[in-house]
Amino acid sequence: MVRKIEMQPVHRRDMMKIVGVGAIAGIVAGMLPGLAHADAAAAAAAVKKAAGGKEPASGKITLELPQIAENGNTVPIGFDIESPMTDSSYVKTVHVFADNNPNPEVGVFHFTPACGRAKASTRMRMAKTQNVIAVAEMNDGSVYMAKSEVKVTIGGCGG
Amino acid sequence: MAKARVKTPKSVKKGEVFEVKTLISHKMESGQRKDKKTGKKIPQMIINKFVCSYNGKEIFTSDWYSAISANPYLAFYVKADASGSLDMTWTDDSGAVFKKSAKITVT
Repeated sequence: MVRKIEMQPVHRRDMMKIVGVGAIAGIVAGMLPGLAHADAAAAAAAVKKAAGGKEPASGKITLELPQIAENGNTVPIGFDIESPMTDSSYVKTVHVFADNNPNPEVGVFHFTPACGRAKASTRMRMAKTQNVIAVAEMNDGSVYMAKSEVKVTIGGCGG
Repeated sequence: MAKARVKTPKSVKKGEVFEVKTLISHKMESGQRKDKKTGKKIPQMIINKFVCSYNGKEIFTSDWYSAISANPYLAFYVKADASGSLDMTWTDDSGAVFKKSAKITVT
């Protein structure tokens, strides 16, 4: 016995629909990278605010970042700040920013002398290649800043 | 729901500075993603606050934004003072609080 194979014919109109939807999806996907990304100016404003109007000094901060991140969804980041961490001299707050993400803020870390060391690490999302900026405020009010670029191969924004 | 893990050394000497590693399962919805079917933005739902207390005293806190990856990992340091507990809490945008404690033995 011969098995009958029924095939549903695809009409021209249906075909147009399929092609049309595909084209629209393509256009939308193409627009996604253009989603409101904070520019360097927004990040600079955020850094300025974190520094409390002071001019940040360089030094004391060691950023622990990869030079190249293959997956922007989870990029290991860390910082280590030189400080005795005693009651009279310690790191109070560390702000971390990324200057080309939709929002420049990444995280704020509040330390106390009981931490013993102003070092922390986490994992962050990066939409594209950009600078990671750390601003550290000491208990005496002095402010330090460090900046380092991370090259991102596949962005971690949306998806 | 959210499952938290905390890793600390088995025992520490008084005055020693030791590392605390934490990990919690949370999707950390960034608010940037769009629903593929409806095209609408998926609202932000992230853990925005982490607090660590040592024997009842708040010693380290962190505020998080949408750039923190899903299933947030955080490592930081604590100076050993007295035996007791390190109590960690994570709070997300819905107000849900997740807790995990670690026993600290100071020798």
